[in-house]
Amino acid sequence: MNNRLYGNLIFELSRKGRQGYTLPRNTYGSHTDELPASLRRQAALKLPECDELTVVRHYTNLSHDNFGVNDGFYPLGSCTMKYNPVIDEEIAALEAFAALHPLQPADTCQHALGLYYALQQSLAELTGMKEFTLNPCAGAHGELTGLMVIRAYHQSRGDEARTKVLIPDSAHGTNPASAAVCGLEVVEVKSGPDGLVDVADLERLISEQGPSIAAMMMTNPNTLGIFEHDIPLITQMVHRCGALMYYDGANLNPLLGVCRPGDMGFDVMHVNLHKTFSTPHGGGGPGSGPVGVREGLEPFLPTPRVVERAGTYSVETGDYEQSLGSVGCFFGNFGVMVRAYAYILSLGRENVRMVGPLATLNANYVKESLRDVYELPIGGLCKHEFVFDGLKDKSTGVTTMDVAKRLLDYGYHAPTIYFPLLFHESLMIEPTENESLDTLDAFIQVMRRIADEAKTDPERVKAAPLTTPIGRVDDVLAARQPVVTFKQMSHE
Amino acid sequence: MAKVMEGLRYSESHEYVRVEGNYGFVGITDYAQHALGNVVYVDMPEVGDEVTAGEEFGAVESVKAASDLISPVSGTVVGVNEALEDEPELVNKDAFENWIIKVELSDASELDALMDAKAYTDYTEKL
Repeated sequence: MNNRLYGNLIFELSRKGRQGYTLPRNTYGSHTDELPASLRRQAALKLPECDELTVVRHYTNLSHDNFGVNDGFYPLGSCTMKYNPVIDEEIAALEAFAALHPLQPADTCQHALGLYYALQQSLAELTGMKEFTLNPCAGAHGELTGLMVIRAYHQSRGDEARTKVLIPDSAHGTNPASAAVCGLEVVEVKSGPDGLVDVADLERLISEQGPSIAAMMMTNPNTLGIFEHDIPLITQMVHRCGALMYYDGANLNPLLGVCRPGDMGFDVMHVNLHKTFSTPHGGGGPGSGPVGVREGLEPFLPTPRVVERAGTYSVETGDYEQSLGSVGCFFGNFGVMVRAYAYILSLGRENVRMVGPLATLNANYVKESLRDVYELPIGGLCKHEFVFDGLKDKSTGVTTMDVAKRLLDYGYHAPTIYFPLLFHESLMIEPTENESLDTLDAFIQVMRRIADEAKTDPERVKAAPLTTPIGRVDDVLAARQPVVTFKQMSHE
Repeated sequence: MAKVMEGLRYSESHEYVRVEGNYGFVGITDYAQHALGNVVYVDMPEVGDEVTAGEEFGAVESVKAASDLISPVSGTVVGVNEALEDEPELVNKDAFENWIIKVELSDASELDALMDAKAYTDYTEKL
């Protein structure tokens, strides 16, 4: 590997006149004169000029600087960075799936529509919902679609006054963002000292604003990885005031095959296929955020819909008067769905039940092994993830940011940091169910070593990372004076 | 240890107001700037905008998080601290010196509902 010789940017390698291959001689003449003058290029296009081998080395070297689940442990809390099994990729790459065109006639793609339909059914069964749409292209897109379903439901009853959404203060930032994009007003519900929704605060908000509340959005377990055990009471309170319950599927992983949002009283939800159902994400691939609804809300789901009649699948867009209509292009990210369905089938009914318990066991094992040196603000059993509030010994001046950077030196992806906002030094760890005891033990050992270093050599930890291609980034300068184009870089 | 200044009024969401006559200079407290870390952007209203006590009037973005600014008082914005547009880090240097907006107060009695320095010190110590 020689990163320096083969450049940080392809533009730096450009040499005038150098090229990868030669185009055939143009025997058709030039027709640019036929374009309006305003559309004709006046100056030469500034593309990098490189030979093929240089291009290959440049990008191959860059790829070595990447870090993914296939490189090492990736305990990024709230992101569920599971291993993406190779069999899912093999199946998604089959020509019968990969070479489909979204406009081809339904009778030529029964296998794909059948998979689409079966995935809808599987998700409904796993979550306790009545019906799913696979159209939304990501988690937040699912949230927006789900909220639009809720809004359409209230409007269909002539109840126009319900414009507020209750959202716990521990929620993912996408929840208030989706509510705002949907034209709804956010009302924050406080957490109690145990990290759970403060039922008394919820009661107060409902008694003050009940008739204007459209829905309450919740993740369960919440962003601290703690199961909201008051959920039957919460759903009862919210339903009694006439509002619906929305389940943010971001933290579905520990519940998979164990318990179901539908049984907890949720009315609308989304699932992140790219998290819970193990498809690549986080710069590694597009997402998918299917939305499920309980019985009675199906008429509001978006179109197109894939339906089955006597063993034949068809795509339908008409005859759904109350439907939201289209929320994206065609059917969503189909390749993600193929991978997710392959994942479900390869686990099977028996093994899918192991996902939640193993993810929970792994998180608790790491938590209990580190809580004597890292501050655990909320004790007790967690689910798939947990949050430390920095190092226990705050006197060293070593922050969560420093610990995260130092982990890179030891070959680990950093956990999520400074989220949730409930604590100043949040360090959020989610090991997922995939990791072996050996990997978990090695990670625990490194986290303990960093806690030791914070005492014996804090300057070293504060200077980390020391072994990565790029050292400590000045994130303040980067935020204040971002340089995001080559043009800016070459001018400054 | 975060500083608290005598003579100012404080909100639970960590804004302060320094009252001069019928005007209030509103900013975030030293505790808030410590908690946020390096401030990289301050989103401010425009002169002439109305602000309402308890409601959002802008946002502070740090390397850690973006936080809404909640106005401790109601009234009309008659000035914004333009220096923060180019140098948001002034908030970290001295949060009390570098106020964010100047408000012509529409209801001075709202100040009574805010904490004094002693009450705010006690409040932050419990957090």
